[in-house]
Amino acid sequence: MSTIQQAFANGKAFIPFITCGDPDLDTTAACVRAMVAAGADLVELGIPFSDPTAEGPVIQEANERALAAGTTTDKVFDLVRNLRRDVTVPMVFMTYANVVFSYGAERFIATCAEVGIDGLILPDVPFEEKEDFAPLCAQYGLDLVSMIAPTSENRIAQIAREATGFIYVVSSLGVTGVRTEITTDIASIVRVIRENTATPCAVGFGISTPAQATKMAGASDGAIVGSAIVKLIAQHGRNAAGPVGEYVREMAQAAHSAE
Amino acid sequence: MTNPRGRFGVHGGQYMPETLMNAVIELEEAYDRFKDDPDFKKELATLFNEYAGRPSRLYFAERMTHDLGGAKVYLKREDLNHTGAHKINNVLGQALLAKKMGKTRLIAETGAGQHGVATATAAALMDMECVVFMGALDCERQALNVYKMRLLGASVVPVTTGTATLKDAVSAAMREWTSRIDDTHYCLGSVMGPHPFPTIVRDFQAVISAEIKEQMLEREGKLPDAVLACVGGGSNAIGTFYHFIDTPEVQLIGCEAAGRGVDTFETAATIATGRLGIFHGMKSYFCQDEFGQIAPVYSISAGLDYPGIGPEHAWLHDTGRATYVPVTDEEAVQAFEYLSRLEGIIPAIESAHALAHAIKLAPTMRPDQTIVVTLSGRGDKDCVSVARYRGEELSE
Repeated sequence: MSTIQQAFANGKAFIPFITCGDPDLDTTAACVRAMVAAGADLVELGIPFSDPTAEGPVIQEANERALAAGTTTDKVFDLVRNLRRDVTVPMVFMTYANVVFSYGAERFIATCAEVGIDGLILPDVPFEEKEDFAPLCAQYGLDLVSMIAPTSENRIAQIAREATGFIYVVSSLGVTGVRTEITTDIASIVRVIRENTATPCAVGFGISTPAQATKMAGASDGAIVGSAIVKLIAQHGRNAAGPVGEYVREMAQAAHSAE
Repeated sequence: MTNPRGRFGVHGGQYMPETLMNAVIELEEAYDRFKDDPDFKKELATLFNEYAGRPSRLYFAERMTHDLGGAKVYLKREDLNHTGAHKINNVLGQALLAKKMGKTRLIAETGAGQHGVATATAAALMDMECVVFMGALDCERQALNVYKMRLLGASVVPVTTGTATLKDAVSAAMREWTSRIDDTHYCLGSVMGPHPFPTIVRDFQAVISAEIKEQMLEREGKLPDAVLACVGGGSNAIGTFYHFIDTPEVQLIGCEAAGRGVDTFETAATIATGRLGIFHGMKSYFCQDEFGQIAPVYSISAGLDYPGIGPEHAWLHDTGRATYVPVTDEEAVQAFEYLSRLEGIIPAIESAHALAHAIKLAPTMRPDQTIVVTLSGRGDKDCVSVARYRGEELSE
């Protein structure tokens, strides 16, 4: 079993996302520790990118703040080294293809393995283009997380069959961001996934309330929350760890309570 | 030329969010179905000829040739097309394709505004809804084009993120497409983005070199020794090169915007200063920092102010088939003024980058040699910014 799948071993998983370096890396470290203490089962660490084309305004602005504060890929690796002194839950990077490619894909993935990163989510690398990264991930023991969207339809089976770690089910059309309502028929997407793989799947994009977390974790194996957390950090700045921890506690309980 | 999955050597590909993958696959299938369809070709030819005003003239610039004292200089007058630039060629093709696919709404990015105006024009003609994303800084630099798009019935969305220029407009259009796919076609304006866009846009722009070839054979009885075009994403350049790629005697020269110089950070010359990366759906060369953050590029020309280059150009550079040269703001402005005074033709500031190199190249060649410079657009839109560059503020 991949280390990522440990996050799903004890029932539904709650997966928070945070943009590294927003507003600075010390705050990120404090927030990650607070999220883990509050029940996060797996943490997605966003490496900021200048042009995050899959993100809505909340995470776009977090990327801009993080880069303006001088965050670099090397500094994010140092952050993970620091976190791994006491954080044991799986952690994955979420970033864009060019951040990995320009670092040198092998050098990047080897460093991930060295510092204790368990997987990679690259929203601009679809099934057809994963050859740039998937073989290297396999070689260094990382999982390249596949995404499935409401528009995937006939593609779900092939993506699911080759998925490793977990599958990121995109809840809605559009970019990341808080939504009042998720109308996609998640259950039927998850049904096709389960016909094709035992790899767990979690739903993200648009989830911000405990009721949504319960519902989406209930329909799959877990719930992913990004923009709502990033919003709290934008609001509280360097004092965000407390409010982020409280919010994650409530959301994690809601996800864990799902049937 | 293109191998499966839209690769040009190592360049190209489909680096897109999963949400859009079926949309680009559907587009590829539709294009494969219609590109050789006799009715589609006939309809497009009619639009090109009756509406856009093709074929565009190949004009012998006699005074320029005499002044430079070398090769004969011909100008391929894409500036005389309806809407004043080469952009209409691609847009008519894509809008017709979108219509055949049952789409009712076009979205587009624009830099200088020429592609936005062309898209708004095609949308008006074909009774489609149109939304154009334009960097807020470019909206300011090209206010007249913003007005034209609105007049044509399009809505213009100023993009304030990032550098508020062309790359941010592309990102905004991609985000919009992710949220509304069923009725919407993303009418990409250059030979960039994910497959099949670089191929589709090239094919619709290839009419430029098809005509140059025919017109030169008629005028000179031989092919040109060199063809020159400006390169941002590279659509007028690939259109100018395409039918000569397999004829190595014809030199292919792309002119990049060097801004304040390739040794400064205020440049948009991708081949001169960029390196291999993955962005906006494609693998190609990009201006970026050591950690892969896309550089905030600069050029006086809003249409060339883009940190990347189309994948087929990257490949033509790798193979050495085409040469890419940087041209500064100052050189482009001088060429803008030069052509206006010498030939009575005000070129787009984008096209002035190609002219600037022609001014250097022609005197090094023999009088029995010929070069063709593609005038990709007309320069009315640039008068305010060139005047400002020269220290003069214009107002209506």
